Formats: sequence, structure tokens, C-alpha cells
Amino acid sequence: MSAGLEASGRLIRPGRILAWTLLFIGGLIMATPLLYMFSTSLKTSGQVYDLRLIPADPTLKNYVEVLKDGRFLRWFLNSMLIATAVTLSNLIFDSLVGYTLAKFRFRGRALVFIAILSTLMIPTEMLVIPWYLMSSQFGWLDSYWGIMFPGMMSAFGAFLMKQFFETVPDDFLEAARVDGLSEFAIWWRIAMPMVAPALSALAIFSFLGNWTAFFWPLIVTTSRDLYTLPVGISSFSAESSIRWEMIMTGAALGTIPTLILFLLLQRYIVRGVMLAGLKG
Amino acid sequence: MEPARAAEGLVPEAKSLRFWDRLGIKTKQAVWAWIFLALPIAFYVGIRFYPTAQAFWLSLTDWNLLRTPRFIGLENYAKMFADPVFWKVFQNTFLYLILGTPISLVLAFFIAWHLDRVRFMHGFIRALYFLPFLTTAAAMGWVWRWFYQPLPIGAINGFLSWLGLAQQPFLRSTTQALPAVLVPAIWAGLGFQIIIFLAGLRAIPQTYYEAARIDGLGEWAILRKITLPLLKPTTVFLVVFSSIGFLRIFDQVYNMTTNDPGGPLNATKPLVLMIYQTAFSSYQMGYAAAQTVILFTILLIVSLIQLYVMREKT
Repeated sequence: MSAGLEASGRLIRPGRILAWTLLFIGGLIMATPLLYMFSTSLKTSGQVYDLRLIPADPTLKNYVEVLKDGRFLRWFLNSMLIATAVTLSNLIFDSLVGYTLAKFRFRGRALVFIAILSTLMIPTEMLVIPWYLMSSQFGWLDSYWGIMFPGMMSAFGAFLMKQFFETVPDDFLEAARVDGLSEFAIWWRIAMPMVAPALSALAIFSFLGNWTAFFWPLIVTTSRDLYTLPVGISSFSAESSIRWEMIMTGAALGTIPTLILFLLLQRYIVRGVMLAGLKG
Repeated sequence: MEPARAAEGLVPEAKSLRFWDRLGIKTKQAVWAWIFLALPIAFYVGIRFYPTAQAFWLSLTDWNLLRTPRFIGLENYAKMFADPVFWKVFQNTFLYLILGTPISLVLAFFIAWHLDRVRFMHGFIRALYFLPFLTTAAAMGWVWRWFYQPLPIGAINGFLSWLGLAQQPFLRSTTQALPAVLVPAIWAGLGFQIIIFLAGLRAIPQTYYEAARIDGLGEWAILRKITLPLLKPTTVFLVVFSSIGFLRIFDQVYNMTTNDPGGPLNATKPLVLMIYQTAFSSYQMGYAAAQTVILFTILLIVSLIQLYVMREKT
């Protein structure tokens, strides 16, 4: 920080205190829905009407009941598997595309780049009807592959990776080429480690996007066993419409994994969002 | 015999080696580039471009999953423009946009601008604002729905009655339902916008501020003359990003109005929900495809405006 700011920071001004207090209160308001969700998930059905934030008699009974049912675990595992597989695919293919477009000179490069970038303008909602048709023709409806295939590559990811591969000096790649490394090895073993921060940003975005994805999984799945967690939570809540404590437990179970991930990786997530937002 | 055989075996390999070696560095690069791009190109053609063309084609047919699509010209579009529900939905979609984008961006900027100068518990406060971005709309839609319930269940009405204020119907009212659905959408996206604004604010060199202070500019003048103009690329990005988000709103609406999706009386129904119902509840695939073409057109216009604004700047 500059000397000027530090000097003014030493002098605690009432304006600063007010701004801090308002920011803090605003932050608490932002967290209120989450706090109430957890609080209510710890209440019995009789206590739901008691709107106090701290439950009088907290119990994990709701969690036991929801998890005993087994469906939530299945949905959780489905989401985990799908989000992980799609993220890995994005890491490999988006960086392959980004690397090729950034580091190879060949005719048609600009055309390929513009073509891929232009797909960003196509909304998913426009594609779901043809995807549905395609899935029903190939027998992909109600399968993991059916949920995953539209997201296996992303133009946003390719663009992000291209931006970062452009900062990798050509000399490194040339040196590897002279050493006799194959083009594939140059990409995988030399270039990829040099863009690790971008890869982690892409991984976070891709995982989060697929973990919370709702629209396409809702359309493509019909059997309960293949629901992802968001679709499962939605159908579970719609069925138990009066039992708010159970709905809050389901919502909490869907939120806990990302909260844990955030607490563990806060620095990377915030930096990744910043990176992707500025470069993308 | 032995050497002859060996020579025979060597020849084709040597030939192919020589062929590959004869290629110039440029040609080799091009070959590798196309090898690397083969699968991605197949993906983008098969899963993005072809389906887009197909959506346009289907919008001109009467396809309903059962019989083969029959070309009917612009009938779907004529039907849509004559449908009062479509215009209601169109209006709702724009309400989400013109309420959601300015409110969330002004809030996000205001918070980021202050948060940028806060050192005490900076990380913790930032985390509080950012947490909702990590939640699943399908889950949080239900939490907000519970908030909006009438007494004795709903927390907001509980708070209102504690303050001695009148009860509000929220999701049951045709006028309050749309703002009530919009609030969780703003809530969920705010953290992302704050983080992006923070990144944009950090990218402004401190020397600019120092120079301005030496020149005797006040806080307000610095904000107006330095911060906001230099932040323009960030702002334009966020305006477009969140506009597209609000135009495509679905998860919150669907989960907060499951017993009458888009209700009451279509008061909350956005375009994407109408598309979903037309396609996957009444299976009028051709008609739904025409609605997706309209959505595509709106989003295209928003993106083109962005390109125009950005070009003007540089």
C-alpha cells in the first residue's frame, strides 16, 4: 500500500467505521439465508414455526432421515462423478484448443478461433431441443453420458487457455522441440505446467458450473437414480412440500460440499474468478 | 539372405521417415495443429453448430416428437406473436433484465468500492458476500420460497409482524411475485460481480490516485473522473454477463413456483421457462424451437451492443 493510504489509515475516521459497519451488516444479510437454512435443518417439524436463528434443541435427526433414504447419496455421487468427468475433459480439450490456437501458425487458424468463439453467442436453451432429439436417437437419454456430453468442451475455457498460453515464451517450446520431444509431449509436459494458475481457475469454474447445473440435467434425466443433486433436491422438495425442515436439510446437503470446497480453496477460488473475469 | 531381408524391412520405414522429414517446419506444424484440433472441431460442429442450424429448421416445422417434422413456414412465429402469454413472458423477461442488471451492478460496485479500502476482516467480509455465488439455485430457491411464506412459517413476514408492519403475500401476488423471485437471483450473483469489480479496482495504478490527490481532487471527483472511466471495460463485461444471466433466468423461477411454474397467472414466467414447458410439458418441439430463436436473437443483440460499446472505447 502507498504511504499516503497508511497515513490516513492510522487516523481512524468515523466515516471509515460507518462504512465498515454497513459492509459488515450487509455481509451478514447475505449470509442470512444460509444461516436460516442450516438452523432450520437442525429443528424438528414442531419447531419450524419458531423463527429464532439458534434452534432451541438442535438435532441431526433430519439429516439421518434424509441420508437413510439413500437417494441423496446417489444424487451426490452422480453429481460428483459428472462434474469431475466434465471438468477433466474441459481441462484437457480446452487447453489443447487454446494451446494450438496460441502456439501454432497454420492456415485457417483465425477461422477456427472465430468459429469456436462465436459459439459463445449460442444459448444452451436453443440447443437443448436438438440435443434431446440427438440423445433419443443415440439412446443417450437418461444416462450419465447424456447429461455430460454437451459440456465436454467449452469455448469460454478454450478462449481463457489461449490467453494464457500466449504468455508462454516460444523459446521453451523450441528448446523442447530441439531436444526431440514430440509435439504432444511439448504441450503436456512443457506448456501445461506453465499455465497451472489458469488451469486451476478453469477447473473451479467448470466444476462449479456443472455441480450447480440444472436445466439440461432436468430435461435429460427421467429416472430418479440418474438425477444430479440439484434435480434431486428440486424433485425431493416438490414432493415433501409441507415439510420445510426436510427441504432445508436437502438444500443444506446440496450446499455443504461447495462450502467445504470454498473454505479449503478460498484463495484459489477468488483468484480464479478474478483471472477468468478479467481475461475472459 | 539375412541382409536382404533386413534391407527390405527397412525400406518402407525409411521412406515414410524421409517423407515426414521432407515436410517443412510450417507444414509439420499445420499437420500437428489439425491433429490436435480434430476432436474439438468434431465436437463444435456436431454439438454446437449443427444443433443450432437444426433449431432454426425445427422452428419452421410442426414437430411434436411423434410424427416426422413437417415444414410449415413461419406459422410458429405467427402463433407466438399472436399469443398474449408470449407477450406477457416477453415483458417479464425484460423486467428481470431491466430491474436485475442495474440493481445488482450498482449494489456490487458500491460494496466493492468500499470493500477495496477496508483492511480489517477484509477476507471474511468478502467471503460473506461471495458465499451465495457458490450455492445451487435449485436448493436456494426453496430456502427463499420458505422465507416468503405467510405466517407462521415465513421468516420475512415474521420479521414484518415483529416490526408491526402489514403482512405481504410475496409469491402469491401477481405484482410482488416477480420482484420476490428476482431477489434471490441478485443475491446469488452479487458476490461474483463484487469480486470482478474488486479485481478491476486493483488493476487501476495507485499513481493515478496519488496524482489526483496532489491535484487536490476530492473523493467524489476521483471516483467520477478516474475510477469509473478506468473501470469501464470491467463494467461493460459485467453488464453483458449479468444481462445475459437475467435474460436466461430459469432455476430460481422454476423452483420457487413448482406448483404452478411461472405463476401466479404467468406473473413470473420468463422466456426460458416458457420454452421448457412448450418443449417438455406439451411436446410442441417446433413451437418451442421458434421461442428459442427469439431468445437467441435477443442475446445476439445484447452481445452486439457490447461489441459496439467496447469498440467505441478503444
